[in-house]
Amino acid sequence: MYQYTENDQTLIDERVAQFKRQTENYFKGELTEDEYRALRLRNGVYIQTHAPLLRVAGPYGLLNSKQVRKLAHIARTYDKNYCHFTTRQNIQFNWPKLELVPEILAELATVQMHAIQTSGNCMRNTTSDHLAGVAVDEIADPRPYCEIIRQWTTLHPEFDYLPRKFKIAVSGALNDRAATQFHDIGLHLVKNAEGEVGFKVFVGGGLGRTPIIGLVIKPFLEQKHLLSYLEAILRIYNLFGRRDNKYKARIKILVKETGLDKFTKLVDAEWEYLRADNELSAERVEAMQAHFASPAYDVKADSDTTFAEHKANDKAFATWLAHNTAEHKVPGYSAVFISLKAPDMPPGDITDVQLDAVADLADEYSFGEVRATHRQNLILADVKQADLYTVWQKLAALQLATPNIGTATDMICCPGLDFCSLANAGSIGVAKEINEALDDLDYIHDIGDLKINMSGCMNGCAHQSVGHIGILGVDKKGAEWYQITLGGSSENNAAIGERLGPAVAKHEITEAITTILDVYIKNRLEDETFLAAVNRLGITPFKERVYANN
Amino acid sequence: MQIIKDTTIVNNSWKFIADDEDLSAGDITVSLARWQQDREALIAHSGNVGLRLKSNDNVADFADDLAHIKLIELNFADFADGRSFSQAWLLRGRFNYQDEIRAVGHYLPEQVFYLSRVGVNAYATDKPTDLALIMNNLNDFTVKYQASIN
Ligand code: HEM
Ligand code: SF4
Repeated sequence: MYQYTENDQTLIDERVAQFKRQTENYFKGELTEDEYRALRLRNGVYIQTHAPLLRVAGPYGLLNSKQVRKLAHIARTYDKNYCHFTTRQNIQFNWPKLELVPEILAELATVQMHAIQTSGNCMRNTTSDHLAGVAVDEIADPRPYCEIIRQWTTLHPEFDYLPRKFKIAVSGALNDRAATQFHDIGLHLVKNAEGEVGFKVFVGGGLGRTPIIGLVIKPFLEQKHLLSYLEAILRIYNLFGRRDNKYKARIKILVKETGLDKFTKLVDAEWEYLRADNELSAERVEAMQAHFASPAYDVKADSDTTFAEHKANDKAFATWLAHNTAEHKVPGYSAVFISLKAPDMPPGDITDVQLDAVADLADEYSFGEVRATHRQNLILADVKQADLYTVWQKLAALQLATPNIGTATDMICCPGLDFCSLANAGSIGVAKEINEALDDLDYIHDIGDLKINMSGCMNGCAHQSVGHIGILGVDKKGAEWYQITLGGSSENNAAIGERLGPAVAKHEITEAITTILDVYIKNRLEDETFLAAVNRLGITPFKERVYANN
Repeated sequence: MQIIKDTTIVNNSWKFIADDEDLSAGDITVSLARWQQDREALIAHSGNVGLRLKSNDNVADFADDLAHIKLIELNFADFADGRSFSQAWLLRGRFNYQDEIRAVGHYLPEQVFYLSRVGVNAYATDKPTDLALIMNNLNDFTVKYQASIN
């Protein structure tokens, strides 16, 4: 994983000093509310329903054990003993005191962490595949490119006051696990006929109020042109993106209103001027790749036999293995999912005690590294099969082994009315209720691969429009109602969910979801996933049953 | 009025000419519309001429005239309107403009480090107390991650 140089450290230390001054000047009345707002957002600070919210960057989801322990310490010292992993691999604290945020940021800086550009109308944290570097379907490791992009975006002087926020995601695998087609820029690592790695570039994707699937603007961008091409897109967006209406300010609207052809011409014309100067050298890429070299894997890891014994003898362990581990490129290793979707915890939340324990597990069993996934779980990416049984037992003791990864109860859910001032409706409570209704693991496993995403308002923080089942909180005369969509996907077959019908009332939402699942079970073909069944059947059979009594 | 130019505090010697106002002697600033309308007269003007740019003005529209223009003011109506940053970059990076680029209006002293990096070298402010703050904030960072103008 990337280790800071002296320069990196200086940069974040100087940023802490700058924000400390800005915060002091705000309290002295020298910065207006509006002015300070823009500055604090660029340091991860929102002001929410109850308190400020601090969003800390998890660079493309990678954390080391020391950083995880620091998060635990911050949760304990400055917050209510927990924090929250977001869908963009970041970490949120819900209860810090504004005047203490500079101090928290100084603490984070001691472990090479920061909250720079995690909110505000600027370039945000670059996200990526949580299985980067270990996935069996990988074309090339996206992490070195992510770090190069992280550095390029961080404190970029020209693009810090964009029309709206700007998010970049990178995938290096055949299967997109980073929702790249729903980002302002999505990059897929691809190889050309000569076997050279380059990028397929998507632009103009996004979720939120107007979900749009990104379009291919460049089928193959040579590696050396990565930064000049990003610069060209950003300059065109900065100059021509709409600033008159914040709901039309994302690049997706610019691309849509301009048309892809014309937009491409604008970008290419800009790029013509830049491409010769700003080349990314092969040496720089190689030096960055060295930071992400494989750890010292045990070449005999797959000769262990205890694993097969445990699997044969312990059904609960076998179930967990089937759901909460992923295949690893090295024989004898697995990537282990740490489920942050225990039935009685809000999705994505984790306590200080759990964080400390996860850090210990990472040190002992996974080369000291932890990753955050975009579905709000964690991963130990490099666990030897001989250790899986112990790791499972330890995770189970921490309530972190619910065998539900990729299933109905592995929901993405935003904070909703509980914490968010923009919310129309609660989401955590509904997630809990659905969880309770689906508390039979065999039933959930029988349903299989299912992504339920739920947001408390149309800003869509929890990606409801790309959930296989999407639930969107709406306000109807002050009451909480829920709009359901079916058939969304943020993977390779990117799709936006179709509306099932009128919104349902709060007391009906859980039953509506269980009814939908029932229709699936009655109609599915052998081995047909929920998403495939919706695509084959259309929404009518689901609609008929859900609204049967109206 | 005092301004900061090239990290020293100096007196502003430029006179603001409104669009409906006659040109007067000495160094003057005009809007882009005025420049386009009275281009010949302004080129013949005895003093220096500066341009006041709004954030939605297109730099390419007057790029051929830059040799005649000795000051460009980037006028911030709103500090969050980042187009001015790209205008400065284009002036320096694309059109090789070497004379003064000045930030004017409602930008924040907190933004001057970024402004300096995209090629702004002068800062006007209505608040005399901001001068010291701007001087200080120009040194917010000693390191940088990416190429720009500076
Ligand atoms: C509680 C405070 C929060 C507030 C006030 C908030 C606000 C917003 C707003 C206004 C948008 C729409 C922006 C737009 O589309 O232009 C948005 C989108 C989004 N938020 Fe949040 N959010 C909050 C919490 C969260 C959390 C906890 C997560 C992660 C689970 C999250 C992840 C996202 C994502 C992924 C998007 C969609 C990005 C896109 O449009 O491409 N937000 N948020
Ligand atoms: S989706 Fe709406 S309610 Fe949920 S966190 Fe985002 S802004 Fe708040």
